[in-house]
This record gives sequence, structure tokens and C-alpha cells, in this order.
Amino acid sequence: MADFINSFWDLYVSGLVAFGLLFCLVVLVTNMTSKESGEPKLQGHVWDENLREYNNPLPRWWLYLFWATVIFSIFYLYLFPGFGNRHSNPADPEKDRGLRAQYAQEVFDAEGTYGPIFARYQGISVETLAKDPDAVATGQRLFLTYCAQCHGSLGQGSRGFPNLTDGDWLYGGDPETIKGSISEGRAGMMTPLGGTLTADEIKDAANYVRSLSNLSHDAARAARGRDIFTGKGTCLTCHGADGKGAVAMGISMGVPAMGLLGAPNLTDSVWLYDNSEDAIIEGITRGRNAGPGSLTNNMPAWKDFLGEAKVHVLAAYVYSLSNK
Amino acid sequence: MQSQATYNYKVVRQFAIMTVVWGIVGMLVGVIVAAQLIWPELNVHEFLHFGRLRPLHTNAVIFAFGGCALFATSFYVVQRTCHTRLFAPGLASFVFWGWQLIIVAAAVTLPLGITTGKEYAELEWPIDIAIAVVWVAYAVVFFGTVATRKVSHIYVANWFYGAFIIAVALLHIVNSVEIPVSLFKSYSAYAGVQDAMVQWWYGHNAVGFFLTAGFLGMMYYFVPKQADRPIYSYRLSVVHFWALIFTYMWAGPHHLHYTALPDWAQSVGMLFSLILLAPSWGGMINGIMTLSGAWHKLRTDPILKFMVTSLSFYGMSTFEGPMMSVKTVNALSHYTDWTVGHVHSGALGWVALISIGSVYFLLPRLYGKTEMYSTKLVNTHFWVATVGIVLYIASMWIAGVMQGLYWRAVNPDGTLTYAFVEGVKATYPLWTIRLVGGALFLVGMLIMFYNMLKTIAGERAYNAPIVAPAAAHA
Repeated sequence: MADFINSFWDLYVSGLVAFGLLFCLVVLVTNMTSKESGEPKLQGHVWDENLREYNNPLPRWWLYLFWATVIFSIFYLYLFPGFGNRHSNPADPEKDRGLRAQYAQEVFDAEGTYGPIFARYQGISVETLAKDPDAVATGQRLFLTYCAQCHGSLGQGSRGFPNLTDGDWLYGGDPETIKGSISEGRAGMMTPLGGTLTADEIKDAANYVRSLSNLSHDAARAARGRDIFTGKGTCLTCHGADGKGAVAMGISMGVPAMGLLGAPNLTDSVWLYDNSEDAIIEGITRGRNAGPGSLTNNMPAWKDFLGEAKVHVLAAYVYSLSNK
Repeated sequence: MQSQATYNYKVVRQFAIMTVVWGIVGMLVGVIVAAQLIWPELNVHEFLHFGRLRPLHTNAVIFAFGGCALFATSFYVVQRTCHTRLFAPGLASFVFWGWQLIIVAAAVTLPLGITTGKEYAELEWPIDIAIAVVWVAYAVVFFGTVATRKVSHIYVANWFYGAFIIAVALLHIVNSVEIPVSLFKSYSAYAGVQDAMVQWWYGHNAVGFFLTAGFLGMMYYFVPKQADRPIYSYRLSVVHFWALIFTYMWAGPHHLHYTALPDWAQSVGMLFSLILLAPSWGGMINGIMTLSGAWHKLRTDPILKFMVTSLSFYGMSTFEGPMMSVKTVNALSHYTDWTVGHVHSGALGWVALISIGSVYFLLPRLYGKTEMYSTKLVNTHFWVATVGIVLYIASMWIAGVMQGLYWRAVNPDGTLTYAFVEGVKATYPLWTIRLVGGALFLVGMLIMFYNMLKTIAGERAYNAPIVAPAAAHA
């Protein structure tokens, strides 16, 4: 049983298809002969003063065209799936002539042609590959197909999607971390503090955050915000006491796994979303990737879709963007 | 007793005039969405966004413009060829006002984003019910008139109109089975690939029965009338009628090639689409061959030009359709602008031209005249419209084939040669040509509107006396 839940439907579909073709054949056979000859004769009816009908025979070329399409269809159904379950068998690819089999064949052929190219690249380190113009060109084309929708054609990013060319990394920019980010994806999350802090406290904290990168701010609010940052708001847990983010915190504490948090450095003038007071307040209040109302912050995992070899070449291209 | 001796032209007049009005509205929205593709800045408000206006365009041209043309001509043809007054005139009036109300409801709800999301069946459930009610009333008027005919034989145009009315009722009701969750939101009763299959069974048969069978009915009356020639072959009309309505019902799956639809359904859909070629061409042959012996009339009669050109585009797009339904061709053409071009060679070339020709035939007669105000303007309209169509479909052919080739081009390392955006960028010049073509077609409709106003201004509505059936003679 391929496309049907039981053999009734196989018979039902085959029967209907056979009936359809038979109908066309009967129409054709019964109209092949024509006794008309000489001048065409008018039928005996007149409608609306002057509407009459000749009864010319069916044009021969038209009948042959009709025949041709019906005969083609019968041959097609003999060769390909369509007549009920015939030629459709996912359990046995040898007996399947449908899309599944065609797709499997195309994938198999493509692996045979392109597989060796990527297999060779996979044996070369990301750093070395990033200096190979051919590999970088291949990586760039993969990037334009799979990554540019979010990160931009030049990898420049946009609001909510990291810039990959600026040397600033949420999770780290070494080859293995880049490969990990592409393979497994990332889901950066910030806890919403709208329920913990008052609106006034959030505004204070936002002013402190702005002060960290020398943006205009209310000094009194920023001073209070500093206490919230390190105290009630518990911001320092992820962003670090100095606001330099999780990667930096991991390095200073000797705990590389801290980098997995992806908490941004708040002091470096690189902003994933926006540096306006309103945007920062919104981020603190609703968090990021924290359910309804907060902006999502997900990078999909590409390991299964692209395979390790292509991820390796993509990583080399991304690495090359900030390691000329 | 005066009313018993004349045809009921009132509802025909109403629908004929609204055909021109809705044509202008629908095509104007088409020109706007075409411009929005070139200049995205024109998406000025959510109500006027491409995604909201595009279904408004398709609904307005198919169901408002095309629908009014079918109502106007079928109500005229069925009376004239049955030699009797329209059955249930009150109900006919209800059909007119009901249909106009449905169009207005569509024009309000679609920009507001109230939609079922099913292509060509976007209207929400309360409007779906209204359509079903109006359609049943239409069927009663039409078949009531046929039943009270004064001639024994039913004229061929009425078979096609009849098939169109019955099939559209069936399609609309089955595809619109949905579960309302609020006044303006419902969900389809079908799920997954079955929903897709029902939707395209509806979608393609809307093309088959609304846009083909209905307009063939129009063709079978107005072409022999305008040419003053007998229909070429009665036998051909019988054979291609039954073959057409029988095979069309199978063709829907070709919209779902290379999807989750089971293989057998895709194959059967493709094969019956191919088989459909000859039955479709039967109508073209019968129309064009009816003109043999009257070709010289084309030189002086622009209305006949509209009709012959429409038959040529009909023949072309009914060849193109079966070709595009072949899986190998579809692999290139699907999701590209080729589909848009194909639809418009049918919609502008066939549906609009035959409707325009028929309305030019009707308008003077509905006011007791024989000629439009200006035959010269009819001729101008013909050429402006034809150039517009050619620009439109030629640019979309090139755009579609180009997009298909861009998307499948592969480098020696197996990566795609072109990023998607490169195909978009390369399409801009062709979209611009398409916009010019569409705008020309709209200009043609404005010329028609002016000519219509001049023709009917100051004229009194006219209802022709019923013609007594001619005695049959062999």
C-alpha cells in the first residue's frame, strides 16, 4: 500500500482513470467516420432570426490530435505512477517510479559529482580554507543562498541579526565556535524583567546601560541604575559586573562555557537591536526570546540540512569576513 | 400587457454597464499592484499593501468584471434564443443587486485583511453564503427561462452557460466548506494536502467553467451574430462540449506538481490537462471557422476584430496550459512570472476581449440603436488593448523563463549560480514593460467607458419585442 489506506482506493482510482480514458476513446471512435460530402448543409433550426448551424465533419487533424493525447496518456500510465498504486512503492525503491525515486536519484547523482569537492575542503582547516579564493567563493555562494536572508548579502546584519564582519562576537569568533553556531544554531535569551523591576527602575537601568558606551544619559538615573544592574536586576549574572558580556566574563573567570550564554558586551558600541533608551527599556522589560511579546532571537541549526562538509566551508567564509 | 411582448433588457443593461465599471476598477488595481512590484515604496498602508490588493485585483477582474459580463450576456442570450421573456424578473433583479453587494463586500473586506487565504476563494464565510444564495437565484432565472422556451431545441450557447452555472455552484459550495470561529474568520473543513487538492480542484475548474465554458457560451452567440454566419459545425460543438466538461474536472492537480500530493494524482492531473487540448481547441475551431466566408468583415468591423483576436488568444493559452501542465515544463515554469503571463493571455486576451466585443454589441441594442457612438473609438480600443496584451504576455514569458533558468543554474561546485535576489533584480525591466502593457489595457477600458457614456447619454432604455420563433426549414 503506497498512496492508499486500503486496496479499495486503488481500484476506485484505477477504475475512474480507466473510465475517463475510455470515455474519450468512445467519443473519438464514434466520430471518426463522416458521411458529409460536397456542400455543407444547414441544420434545420433557426434561433433569434439568423442563428443557424452547419454540420461540418470534425476536422481530421483535430481528431488525430485528440487521439495522440489519449494514446500518450495510456503509455505514460504504463510507464509511470498514476493508474492507482502502480509504480508507486516507497518500501521498495526498485519498484517505485515516482517523485521519491527521482529525488533519491538526483541526490545520489549530486553527491557523486559535488561530494568529492566538499570532502577535500573538509580536510583543510578553516583558517587555511579562509585564504583559498575558490573555497571562499563557494562559501560565499552558500551564504547567499542560505544565510543572506537574515545576515544580509554582505554579512552586514540588520536589527536583531548579528553583523558578521565587525569582529564582535556574541559566542566567540574562533573557527570551532563559528562552526558550532552554524551546526547547532543559537537561541540567545534574555530574561524579561518587567515583572521584577518597576518602570522607573527599568528606566534607571537603561540609562546606566547607555552610560556604559558613553551615550547621552541622565547621570542621576544612571547612578541608581548601576545599583539595579548589580543588585535587584541581577543583570551582572550574564553581562558581567563590568557589562562586557558573557564571552569576556568567561575569559576573565576562566570558564569558557560562559560564552554559551551569548550575553552581549554592553560597552563596545555594537548594538544587536537599537541603542535608543526606548529600545533598551523594551529589551529589559520584555526580554528577548522569552515568549509572547518579546522579540525572537534564534539562529536555526544547519547541520542536518547542509551536512558537515558544507557547514565547514560556510564557516571558512564567515571566518574570512573578519580575518582578512 | 406590453411587458409580456418584450424581452427584459433591464437587468442586462445593469450588468453590461457594471461590466465596464468593474473592469476599470479591477484593472486599475492590477496596474497599482504591478507598479508596487517595481516601486515597493508604493505599499503605503497595510490596507493598500500588495498582499491585500492582489486578491482584490483578481476578485474584481474575475468575479466583478467577468461575472457581470457573464450575467449580462447570459440573460440576453437565453431570452433571445429561447424566444421568451426572462423567467422570474424579480429574482433577476435580486441577482443583480446581490452580486453588486458581494463585490462591495469583497472590496471592503480584502483590504482589511479579512480572508480565508484560499486563492480565488478568499472571501470569508458570510460572503460565501451570500454568493451561494445569489448563484442559486441565478440558476433559477436561467434554467426557468430555458424551461419556458418557445423553441424545441436548446441553442448551443445555453449548454455552455448552463454547464458554467451548475459547475460553479458545485465548486464554490464544496471548496467553501469551512468552520466559522467568528463573524470574519473561518477555517477550511479540509486539512493539509487534501485542502490543497480541493482548493485547486476548485481553482482550476473556476478557470474551466467560469472563465472557459461561460465565455464559450458568449462566443457561441455573439460571434455568429456579429459575423451573420452559421456556426461551422453542430457536431463539433456537441463533441467538444462533452469532452471539455468531462475532462476539465480532472485537471486541478497540475497546480500541485512536485508537492506532497501523491504521485498518481499529479500524473492523472497532467494527463487529463494534456487531453484537454483538443476539446478546448474545438471551441476555437468552431468560432474561427464560423467566420469563413466573412473574413472581409474584419476590415471594417472592430467588434469582430475583438472576437477573432479573443479566439486566437484562447487557442494560444489553451495550448500553453496543457504544455505547462507537463511535469518537465512545470519544473521550469512553476512559481515564475510565466504563470502570471499565461493567466493574463487567457484573462486579457480571451476573457476580456470576448466580453468587450460582446458588450459593444449589446450596448446600442439595449437602447434601441444599432451602433456605438463611435466605431472609430472601438477600433482605437481594439489596437490599444491588443498592443497592451502583447507587451504584457511577452514580458512575462521572458521574465518567467529567465527566472526559471536563474533558479536552476548551478556552479561546478553544486552551489546555486544566482542568489534569489539576483533573479528579482533582473526582472525589473520586464516588470516595467508589463506595467506599460497593463496600463495600455486600462486606457482601452477608459476609452470604452467614454464611448459607452456617449452612446447611452440621453437615450431611453429599450426593451425589444420578442421575436417569434422561425418555422423550421431543412
